[in-house]
Amino acid sequence: MLYREAGVFKTSYAKDQETFPIPFDKAGYFLALIVAFGVIPFLVNDYWANAILLPFLIYAIAAIGLNILTGYCGQVSLGSGGFMAVGAYATYKLMTAFPDLNMIIVILLAGLVTAFVGVLFGLPSLRIKGFYLAVATLAAQFFLVWLFNKIPWFYNYSASGQISAPERVVLGFEVTGANAQPAVIYLFCLCFTVALAWVARNLTRSNTGRKWMAIRDMDIAAEIIGVNPLMAKLSAFAVSSFYIGVAGALLFSVYLGAAEVGEAFGIQKSFLVLFMVIIGGLGSIFGSFAGAAFMVLFPVLLKNVMVGQLGWATDIAAHFEFIIVGALIIIFLIVEPHGLAALWRIAKEKLRLWPFPH
Amino acid sequence: MNAVETFTTPDGRTIGGPVMEMRNITLRFGGVVAIKDISFDIREGEIRAIIGPNGAGKSSMLNVINGFYHPQEGEVFDHGKKRAPMRPYQIAHQGIARTFQNIALFKGMSTLDNIMTGRLTHMKSGILSHILWKGKAENEEVVNREKVERIIDFLEIQTIRKTPVGRLPYGLQKRVELGRALAAEPKLLLLDEPMAGMNVEEKEDMSRFILDVNDEFGTTIALIEHDMGVVMDIADRVVVMDYGKKIGDGTPDEVRSNQDVIDAYLGVAHD
Amino acid sequence: MPAGFYFGIEVFLNGLMAGVMYSLVALGFVLIFKASGIFNYAQGVMALFAALTLVGLQNGQVPFAHLINAIFGTEVHHFGWHLPVFFAILLTLGVMVLFAFLVEKLILKHLVNQEPIILFMACIGLAYFMEGFGDLMWGSEIKKLDVGIPQGGNFWIEEVTSGLGGDGFYGFYLDTLDIYATVIAALLVISLVLFSQYTKTGRALRAVADDHQAALSVGISLRAIWVIVWTIAGFVALVAGIMWGSKSGVQFSLSLIALKALPVLMLGGFTSIPGAIVGGLIIGVGEKMFEFLIGVPFLGGATENWFAYMLALMFLVFRPQGLFGEKIIERV
Repeated sequence: MLYREAGVFKTSYAKDQETFPIPFDKAGYFLALIVAFGVIPFLVNDYWANAILLPFLIYAIAAIGLNILTGYCGQVSLGSGGFMAVGAYATYKLMTAFPDLNMIIVILLAGLVTAFVGVLFGLPSLRIKGFYLAVATLAAQFFLVWLFNKIPWFYNYSASGQISAPERVVLGFEVTGANAQPAVIYLFCLCFTVALAWVARNLTRSNTGRKWMAIRDMDIAAEIIGVNPLMAKLSAFAVSSFYIGVAGALLFSVYLGAAEVGEAFGIQKSFLVLFMVIIGGLGSIFGSFAGAAFMVLFPVLLKNVMVGQLGWATDIAAHFEFIIVGALIIIFLIVEPHGLAALWRIAKEKLRLWPFPH
Repeated sequence: MNAVETFTTPDGRTIGGPVMEMRNITLRFGGVVAIKDISFDIREGEIRAIIGPNGAGKSSMLNVINGFYHPQEGEVFDHGKKRAPMRPYQIAHQGIARTFQNIALFKGMSTLDNIMTGRLTHMKSGILSHILWKGKAENEEVVNREKVERIIDFLEIQTIRKTPVGRLPYGLQKRVELGRALAAEPKLLLLDEPMAGMNVEEKEDMSRFILDVNDEFGTTIALIEHDMGVVMDIADRVVVMDYGKKIGDGTPDEVRSNQDVIDAYLGVAHD
Repeated sequence: MPAGFYFGIEVFLNGLMAGVMYSLVALGFVLIFKASGIFNYAQGVMALFAALTLVGLQNGQVPFAHLINAIFGTEVHHFGWHLPVFFAILLTLGVMVLFAFLVEKLILKHLVNQEPIILFMACIGLAYFMEGFGDLMWGSEIKKLDVGIPQGGNFWIEEVTSGLGGDGFYGFYLDTLDIYATVIAALLVISLVLFSQYTKTGRALRAVADDHQAALSVGISLRAIWVIVWTIAGFVALVAGIMWGSKSGVQFSLSLIALKALPVLMLGGFTSIPGAIVGGLIIGVGEKMFEFLIGVPFLGGATENWFAYMLALMFLVFRPQGLFGEKIIERV
């Protein structure tokens, strides 16, 4: 009886289609927002911001992005790392070329640049499908990383080959550079994450989202009922890449501060984001958050237990991370392909009856 | 051609001029000839059946009509005008909807969402308005939802509105698929074996829906069906195909007495 | 003929040798894909794992030594023996059989009839698991693998060809190991073809590849076939692991090199053994020649990182079924 959806009657279709149709969910999400905006900024310190909160918020954006492409539109991509690199390098070039440009605009523009690159690499998706496409996106991954590594213009001919974010101020607060306060950058990222999650929700419940899902579930039937497959796939690539680009931009400028492309945006990043989506739940925005939270928290937890408590070497903890994550991927795909999001739904069904067994 | 030529069926419906006309269609896959020089028309408001043994090329014919296959020879005329080669989604926007022999629903989506996809040829808002949702996108969603709800009522599937279609039994899935096609408010509705694998009761339901659609909305229907009883009952005119060729065309009674058709169905050896 | 021309030929030949290596990994992919429709992303890691196990057994390493030491505070590392190569290889094969059995039992059995893309992602999970498991079992440092295949430049070929290109050219430099690899790969392919054409199991394999349902209905056990196929793929992985490992040491990057088998398959088609061979050779030669002719002079080098993928991508756009794949007719 803790969770109820019975007794909720809708009197109009508009009401039935709103963001959170069930009042209990609505209350929960608003509570989460109040805590996120009103409470956490006063408690946050350097460790919490850097180890958990910032990566969680940034990767949540990337996971939503990949989920739009893979979970909603059914196109598997292994190029997320490369697209994040595009977002990061676009941010760097924009920041250094236009020092007066507002940081919010810089990040959104970086997202648009990534969307454009994403569409370019999405073009073959019309001809190739399934894991053929997944391998094709590896081309994007390796090519982009090589490009940013080999063409000095992208890193402004710096001797180290690295890019580093200059200090920038939004509304009088520093958001990048060494002096940025954890609470400020936390809120900066939070605004992006919340806004983009809301947009993703709108897109996926609208006609755009239905076209994506139709392509995902049966592309031939989708075309025959009137979905233009090229437009549907390319729009998914564009939106997805926009999100991943914004995530890359934030990761570089706000979180890392400095980055070297092979290290920060290698193929491991692509897998990290893909795993977030699988573990969190394909085709679920809540799942993207859950998956990002899990993949950020789990290594921290494992390290704390194995290295901190048991005193083992860090490489053993790292090996266990691979083993457990790999096993979890398989287990989720076997038991619950819709990931943590589906587990959450089942938990809600249980809570609806609790404490009565039937 | 004569567009004003109309006639009235025994049960009082008016059949208009041809909405779709096949002229000398030939379709080959490599060396295999699936359809050989077939011509027939579909008239406004009628129920047109295509029958024939398995492998006769019936489904291929529907695929030609909705642009999934492009015939090597011959032309399709849409309301008397020659149709330029188009992609299937463009043809869907011309007002042709269809169902499939093996159900082709979107398994991950609910009944409601599946039928809503049928409306997409009528929805004009773009991705930018979907981003903001409030306003244009939401209004359009509500307006179209009302239409979809009417179809849900018509097909008597209110209780499964929010069930993912993958979980529905076969007969209901067939009904949802019909709903998706109806939601497009098509000028021409193509049904590929709408009653395959159904029991007698389900067949009766489906026949009733087809007749009601034709009657209430005046939708032109072309259907493929194996059950001769059903075809003879509901079709106004019948095309009979065998080995990719047309061997009969006319009212159910005419077709029934056609010697070639009888041979094909009784299995006279081809030489 | 100028020396540059002969350097070009040398690059070409080395490309062919590298291509053989890619083909070896690609072969494992094709076998599994044909028999089960699974795109086994973990094939590269399987090669790594096989090589790690071989080195570990050969040198008498204690499995999970680091973990055992961390838990019990002991200092065990080696059993103190060195196994002869032959026994070590046999034992490793045994491990790969066990592995095939476990994969079938724990993963495949539960994923029957899932969509290919789900299976593909499960294999990515498997690859991750094995990477961590292999490292935990044998340690993650770079290891030297020596099974007695001679290495280094082949002097005979170098001397015989040294007269060709004038003063600037000292003869073709070809690694003896690569030559061995080529011969072994050829033998492997021939024996696989013989196996699938002339044995009962081979016939069953082809039946399964053709149609799962039909194979089941004539009494072929799908699960037994899968175990066999994964065992053969494990064997191919072992051969590839030995070759790659002898060449550049047993280390993590081995599984990344093995990723290049993916574009090889996209070129050659997923279902064709000759396709895997030809695709491997094209990629091997293509990336070496591209690097030699365009990459180093104009693009700053390291184009080998992406050339194979880009080539496959371009190729697929124009011929989605690959070089030898059958044309896909879509139907509804």
